[in-house]
Amino acid sequence: MAATSSPSATARSTRGGVEVRLEDLRRRYAGVTALDGLSLTLAPGELVALLGPSGCGKTTALRLVAGLEEADGGRVTIGGADVTRRPANKRDVGMVFQAYSLFPHMTAWENVAFGLQMRKVRPADRRRRAMETLELVGLQGFANRYAHQLSGGQQQRVALARALAIQPKVLLLDEPLSALDAKVRARLRDEIRRVQLEVGITALFVTHDQEEALAIADRVGVMRSGRLEQLGPPTTIYARPATPFVAEFVGLTNRLSGLVRDGSVEVRGTRLPLVQPDAPDGPAVALVRPEAVTLSRDGEAASGPLVGIVIATAFLGALSRVTVDLGDVTVLAQLPTSEAGAHAAGTRVRLALRPDPVLISRED
Amino acid sequence: MTLAVDPSIKLETARRPLGGGRRLNADWLGAVPFLAYVGLFLLLPTAIVAIGAFVGPNGVTLANLTAMNQAYIVRSFINSVVLAAVSALVGAVFGAMLAYAVATGNPRSVLRRLVTSACGVLAQFGGVTLAFAFLATIGGAGLIRVWLLDRGIDIYANGEWLYQLRGLVLVYAYFQIPLMVLVFLPALDGIRPQWREATETLGGGTWHYWRYVAGPLLLPAFTGATLLLFANAFSAYATAAALINQGSIIASLLIANTLTSEVGLHNPGIASAEALVMVVIVAIVMVLYAQLQRRTAGWLR
Ligand SMILES: Nc1ncnc2c1ncn2[C@@H]1O[C@H](COP(=O)(O)OP(=O)(O)OP(=O)(O)O)[C@@H](O)[C@H]1O
Ligand SMILES: [Mg+2]
Repeated sequence: MAATSSPSATARSTRGGVEVRLEDLRRRYAGVTALDGLSLTLAPGELVALLGPSGCGKTTALRLVAGLEEADGGRVTIGGADVTRRPANKRDVGMVFQAYSLFPHMTAWENVAFGLQMRKVRPADRRRRAMETLELVGLQGFANRYAHQLSGGQQQRVALARALAIQPKVLLLDEPLSALDAKVRARLRDEIRRVQLEVGITALFVTHDQEEALAIADRVGVMRSGRLEQLGPPTTIYARPATPFVAEFVGLTNRLSGLVRDGSVEVRGTRLPLVQPDAPDGPAVALVRPEAVTLSRDGEAASGPLVGIVIATAFLGALSRVTVDLGDVTVLAQLPTSEAGAHAAGTRVRLALRPDPVLISRED
Repeated sequence: MTLAVDPSIKLETARRPLGGGRRLNADWLGAVPFLAYVGLFLLLPTAIVAIGAFVGPNGVTLANLTAMNQAYIVRSFINSVVLAAVSALVGAVFGAMLAYAVATGNPRSVLRRLVTSACGVLAQFGGVTLAFAFLATIGGAGLIRVWLLDRGIDIYANGEWLYQLRGLVLVYAYFQIPLMVLVFLPALDGIRPQWREATETLGGGTWHYWRYVAGPLLLPAFTGATLLLFANAFSAYATAAALINQGSIIASLLIANTLTSEVGLHNPGIASAEALVMVVIVAIVMVLYAQLQRRTAGWLR
């Protein structure tokens, strides 16, 4: 193969990316509303993760951008051009599917070169550019393998290379990691992010895994029933969820009943400030993050609304999650593993709730 | 930047012990009845035929095989090959279209279940029953034939083609098409919708999809299925025997006639030689078929 000064020069030349807008997208399938007025603007070069439960319309949103599905209403613009009525093969999008999307009768490099062939690139250039793009995803040694000779993670990398080889204006990924096991998944996730940053392409990444979304994206859009519930940087989504739905979907929460009064909520004898202080008074459920719960060892005879017995400890590496039974409710507390060791199952502990602003829910 | 290759991946070069390993197990015991059955009713008759072909009234001879170049024998084999090829092609083309219609529909629809179970039955439909069905409908005195005749349409104006080679093509289509549906459907089901969508997002259209993706992927399965239909028609006997009473029009009838004729009674080696030629032709076709199946099996897992 001819040596080039920069292996990824070809793919990188799209650096800068373009703006992608989804405006009030609507789509119905026989009685089911898959998208109910979704609006979202991706800044040039930005990676937005669409996160949401199964059936909330993530895939539909992606397919509308790709042109694989037609919108009932709304617009899609890519780099300022309205592509709503353009067929998929004229849209210049790169798409990575969930799994098994490689052409099984073509080798890795032939797969990557396919889009270039469709664009009538000369055979010699095709091969060179395919090789460069494979190098970008770290698979230069696998160019002559067929899909069934590659692991799931490698197949997805080839799929990524294939999508990028045509230098698309936008990269769309529909749960590209969900068919992989946890270890490969985390590594490939970072790999996708690295490549996306290196190429500088605008990307929309669909997932139902909150950890994945928070780890990879510039901004996370949490979807619910065909619309965006909240859009923001991962830290905001996690620390300041706008709605109970987001709070519960993004990370674990304790649901503790309490009483709202004068802009704060009293939960088991502790007053916690509210995210939305203008909430009317009355009973409500406060959503308390496990990391806002701290534990202390107390005398065996201690009692009170926040005293309970440790019933389980889950080690998550540096952090541990301790489950405490308060009698009428169990509470999750997340703390450094070094501290959690002191609270074996069966120990009586006293909880404290850190006064972070909390969301309340009145659904039950 | 170089990325470490996933270490959990076993390269294909990992050698496998020849013959699938030294481990002795009893799994094959369950296959004994089947193997015995195959041995008794497939290998043994084949061996008898193969040996018989070289035995004449005066011991070992090649005379039976050299007798195969007689015009009427050659004619029968050519007819058989042509009949098998034409009915296989007709069956393959129409069967593939039907299978495609079924495969692109809803996988749980009533239509699909109906078509596949109907094909399961019809693919086995043959012999006297099938011949009778045609005789009763479009035969010389068949219901439809007479009905048409009353309206001035004579489907046999140019000869009674039903009782000739052409008729057999039509009759054979009756089980060839359903067989094609059964054999080809799994290959079509193996085609994933993502491939079409990937083609589209990469800039290809319908033509590119068929030319570069679906076509190459389905061709081996299609060809393989066609070969299977060929073998199926080539070795069919009962349908033709029930429909056609005129001599040795195709190879399977030829063998039957040889066995019961003066020549055959005198020298069963001739019939054996004829059978051997058939066995060899079918064997060649089946080897090709197996090769093609193996090729697609890797792709369409
Ligand atoms: N082709 C279709 N025909 C009918 N209904 C559909 C079709 N595609 C999607 N839907 C429906 O539209 C809704 C949204 O589907 P979509 O695939 O976008 O969800 P999703 O968020 O991607 O879910 P998942 O996480 O399970 O992939 C669902 O209720 C789904 O049943
Ligand atoms: Mg989906």
